[in-house]
Amino acid sequence: MDTSTSGSEQAPSEKVPLWYDPQVRALFFQALVIFGVLYGGYILVSNTMDNLERQGIASGFGFLNTTAGFAIGYSPFIEYSEENTYARAFLVSLLNTLLVSFVGIILATILGFILGVARLSSNWLISKIAMVFVETLRNIPLLLQIFFWYFAVLRALPGPRNSSSFLDTIFINNRGMFTPAPIFNEGSGLIGIAFIVAIVLIVAIKRWAKKRQDDTGQPFPVFLTALGLIIGLPFIAALVTGFPVSWDYAELKGFNFKGGSELPPEFVALVLALSLYTATFIAEIVRAGIMAVSHGQTEAAHALGINNSNTLRLVVIPQALRVIIPPLTSQYLNLTKNSSLAAAIAYPDLVLVFDGTVLMQTGQAVEIVAITMAVYLTISLIISAFMNWYNKKMALVER
Amino acid sequence: MENQDKQYEPGTHPDMPPPASEVGVYGWVYHNFASSPMNIILTIIAIFIIYITVPPLLSWTIFNAQWTGDTREACKDVTGACWPFINTWRKVIMYYQYPDDQLWRVNLPLGILAVGIAALVIPKVPFKGFITLFMLIGFPVISYFLFVGGSFGLEVIETPKWGGLYLTLVIAIVGIVTSLPIGIVLALGRRSNMPVIKACSVGFIELWRGVPLITVLFMASVMFPLFMPEGVNFDKLLRALVGVSLFSAAYMAEVVRGGLQAIPKGQYEGAMALGLNFPKMMYFIIMPQALKLVIPGIVNTFIGLFKDTTLVLIIGLFDFLGAIQLAGTNPKWLGYNVEGYVFAAFIYWCFCFSMSRYSQHLEKKLHTGH
Repeated sequence: MDTSTSGSEQAPSEKVPLWYDPQVRALFFQALVIFGVLYGGYILVSNTMDNLERQGIASGFGFLNTTAGFAIGYSPFIEYSEENTYARAFLVSLLNTLLVSFVGIILATILGFILGVARLSSNWLISKIAMVFVETLRNIPLLLQIFFWYFAVLRALPGPRNSSSFLDTIFINNRGMFTPAPIFNEGSGLIGIAFIVAIVLIVAIKRWAKKRQDDTGQPFPVFLTALGLIIGLPFIAALVTGFPVSWDYAELKGFNFKGGSELPPEFVALVLALSLYTATFIAEIVRAGIMAVSHGQTEAAHALGINNSNTLRLVVIPQALRVIIPPLTSQYLNLTKNSSLAAAIAYPDLVLVFDGTVLMQTGQAVEIVAITMAVYLTISLIISAFMNWYNKKMALVER
Repeated sequence: MENQDKQYEPGTHPDMPPPASEVGVYGWVYHNFASSPMNIILTIIAIFIIYITVPPLLSWTIFNAQWTGDTREACKDVTGACWPFINTWRKVIMYYQYPDDQLWRVNLPLGILAVGIAALVIPKVPFKGFITLFMLIGFPVISYFLFVGGSFGLEVIETPKWGGLYLTLVIAIVGIVTSLPIGIVLALGRRSNMPVIKACSVGFIELWRGVPLITVLFMASVMFPLFMPEGVNFDKLLRALVGVSLFSAAYMAEVVRGGLQAIPKGQYEGAMALGLNFPKMMYFIIMPQALKLVIPGIVNTFIGLFKDTTLVLIIGLFDFLGAIQLAGTNPKWLGYNVEGYVFAAFIYWCFCFSMSRYSQHLEKKLHTGH
């Protein structure tokens, strides 16, 4: 503090006025901000209390244990009926949100990687088609795309009697998409066990192969072995038990299909729009990631005698992933948050069920909006924590 | 060929022309379409994709479409698109319920906006500083008085009557203009040395970025009224505008922070050594460099904001998409919503694509590095 006037010629020990002291200023401004935030918070809370009291709205989370009294159109995982509580409705809608996000993320990643690589293709037509696709879809609002798929495509399909089918097993009509559902008969547990055994074996073989390559330099075809194991072992198990899995085909009965597994059109439209839209962003990320790996790396790998596929697998992709993962994470987060647009086409996700129906019934706006926001915040934090962990694992280990 | 017979001194051999397979039309076609069996397969797939998409699309939108007429009957025997749908509903799609005889109050500011943006974008136009100042201060004031009315003898137009593309532009422009300054303040707060200010900024940014815009809009439409003292009632549009602005300000803050982080410490120290105080340092030294670095990010946020304006239809405002959706559910015009969606997609695409192209151009123009 005593040196802050050192620029001036005279009297370096002269007292600095209090309002020129950076530390005092910092304290003053922070106190001001604390006061502002506290006062604003106080006003908001007291206003809200007044309003709630005047309008006779209950407060607190007690409503979660009361009977919901409304139906939810789509609940693939857990049983739900009108007599269940709001808490159970919350669970159902949360699972619906997670399901749509999960399926969307997987499809968007696959499609995005394909598109990103296609844009870099040496084939002029393929790269231009990918470019047109990406530039078109990423510049059209997601909500419009959801509306298009739902109202203009899926709801405009013919009714169940004239539904289009694929090999008479998968049916698409304006009531949704119907696929065969597996029925696990007696003995199918063995197939599951065989599957788990195969995974354990693959992990063991991978470790052993890495050790052998480190010790002797001899490579081992891990991928082919793994493929053989993961298909072969369950197949043998199925042979032994006499194919215990049968399929429940969807059939036209009366006015609609019965049996099989049913995907409502809202779900199909939402997944289609979300994954196509996000895929265009992922494609750009993948393209940038691959372009960030300098061509010298590929040339050096070739000069070392590494073949094409191993160059990609061991040299290019690990380096590209380092560039790709951080923005990819934020795309996954975006997709999860965008899944809330489900409310616009009445797919019963968290926002529709809670910010829509439950809010209408109970009127407890503060609690309900807080619950939905907290859920999305938690999902965001979990996804970014996981991707940060993965990113750390993939990051360059520097000496 | 004849060159092979000749004898040359070492180093005097004339340059040979490249082989025919490498240059010209043949070389280009060979390398792009048929350099390997895999490439040939890809070419065939690509041609197949074009064959199944482009001709039906063109015949639906252009060749088999009905362009004239203003009733549904005009489209009776048409296999393609029915564009009279758009023509009939153009007033709703553009302005929603804004009174017909007052439309000049919308058109005039939109015209000024178009001229102003054109003047700012075209490099040769002089007085850029004055135009910017007018667009940032004069234009919003003029537009506000014209849009809302109630003074200068203009009749009051309630915001529930606003809508269509006009409302979309209002939300997008207000969001763009307010989110950048708020975002800059938040970004500076996040990099501040004062723990309280930093914590507040981080909390604000992460809260807004962690939740979907829909929940923010729901909060704005159902929770804001509870926050206000008795009797104070905010307009629904204003609440949505506040929600959209704060939401995109949080994203903008992260973009600006990226730019601030990229500025070397020497720039700060240099500015301080010159005796500049904090506002001057930021205004003259740091921000011009930082913002220039993150122009693509800023424009991307603008584009995202423009696309996100569609969400206001969920809380009951009839923006461009909402008006088209409304027109499509009119009993007289059932079954023509595809035309509406395609038209809306085209308009949104034009706005977003031109913004992204302009940002690329600006990035090149402002690239003064080496």
